[in-house]
Amino acid sequence: MTPETAVEFRNVSYRLADGREILHALSLEVRRGEILVLLGRSGSGKTTALKLVNRLHEASAGDVFIEGRASREWDIIKLRRHIGYAIQEVGLFPHYTVSRNIGLVPAIEQWPAERIEARVQALVKLVGLNADIGTRYPHQLSGGQRQRVGVARALAADPPILIMDEPFGALDPLTRSDLQREFLSLQKQLGKTVLFVTHDLHEALLLGTRIALLEEGQLVSLSSPQEFLDSSDALVQKYVQAFSAAEQVRGGK
Amino acid sequence: MNFWSFMVQNRSEVVQLTVEHLWIVGISTLLAVAVGIPLGILITRRPALHNPVIVTANIIQTIPSLALFGFLLPAPWIGERAGRLAILALMLYALLPLIRNTYAGIKGVDHAVIEAARGMGLTDWQLLYKVELPLAASVILAGVRVAVVISVGLATIAAAIGAGGLGELIFRGLAMVNNAVILAGAVPAALMALTADFVLGWLEKRLSPPRAG
Repeated sequence: MTPETAVEFRNVSYRLADGREILHALSLEVRRGEILVLLGRSGSGKTTALKLVNRLHEASAGDVFIEGRASREWDIIKLRRHIGYAIQEVGLFPHYTVSRNIGLVPAIEQWPAERIEARVQALVKLVGLNADIGTRYPHQLSGGQRQRVGVARALAADPPILIMDEPFGALDPLTRSDLQREFLSLQKQLGKTVLFVTHDLHEALLLGTRIALLEEGQLVSLSSPQEFLDSSDALVQKYVQAFSAAEQVRGGK
Repeated sequence: MNFWSFMVQNRSEVVQLTVEHLWIVGISTLLAVAVGIPLGILITRRPALHNPVIVTANIIQTIPSLALFGFLLPAPWIGERAGRLAILALMLYALLPLIRNTYAGIKGVDHAVIEAARGMGLTDWQLLYKVELPLAASVILAGVRVAVVISVGLATIAAAIGAGGLGELIFRGLAMVNNAVILAGAVPAALMALTADFVLGWLEKRLSPPRAG
């Protein structure tokens, strides 16, 4: 492992209590500053892999290294505050305003109030929301706004690593495409290391520095988007074909 | 003698019994909250304890109140004073709605909210008091409301063991076959239950979280 590695899976397996294996001997390095997309269908183990990073799950075998240290050696609370987390359902706190949602981790880290306020304002702007949204409650927001708040909240304490589980999956196609583009430029600007889970090849090709394809708990291929499209691997080709069929329908109109 | 003239003539006694009644209900509810809510939280954390705790509270609920007063009579310290005994019995009855609603309220918090909170690095304690309890507050309060309304009614029976309260008038009226005296106990008790129900219901509505985000 080099200093360029932010997250490393080393022979990681994850088994359920009933013995079913969800992940099998996964080895994978996420380089500092890249967006590594974990691509796969439902049940491929991609979300499980993600949750092993911030220890919402604990590996049954092998180790996940974060900044060179095995995740189990980290204080779990410190580890999680070191890693921004965004999910499809967002999970905003319904009883908090947008500002308090975004500023919660800084608040429990006991930042001074003015610093939290400045940070929240900067983040609201960064994710493309109007400054006056801070006093609203989550139920007063649209799906796109909610997800933007979710991303802002994940960035609040300036974690060097972001893990994201289909954050744009529940949005309508137009909003999704806006958020994808904005996220890409945001990431270029901030240089965060991102581990991004999706089942959508289009999204993977658009966002990924590299794409890791998972199938039945195993890593099938790891490649750049261009290599992915050109790959001769049967399973990768199946993905690409399903995708180009969709593109053709689109092109034929 | 009709109800009104009885109330006017005996107003100081009615007031005194009402205060006693409020005291018994108030203290027993506070104790039940202090025991029931932590128990409700405990069984969300230790699933193995859920069934034993709920079943025990259920069984207590099925014991007829007069019998429960009788069972508790030999208890040391508690049995020495009827007031203590009444408070303990009412507390036991109030436990079930409190435990059950605390459990249901916390379990009902949106799973994504809990997961986001844990993923952000909230400690168990922060998760509880910043997220789960505020979001469960209205459901827990609904439990308090049920407990209080039940207690106001049950507390009238405590007079049978000499614990005082508005039940005194009801039992006296029954013995005298005098409806006015029965009503002098029953009407204030009913008003107390209705008022508690209204106030706690209002509070419950105020504490309900906005629709989940």
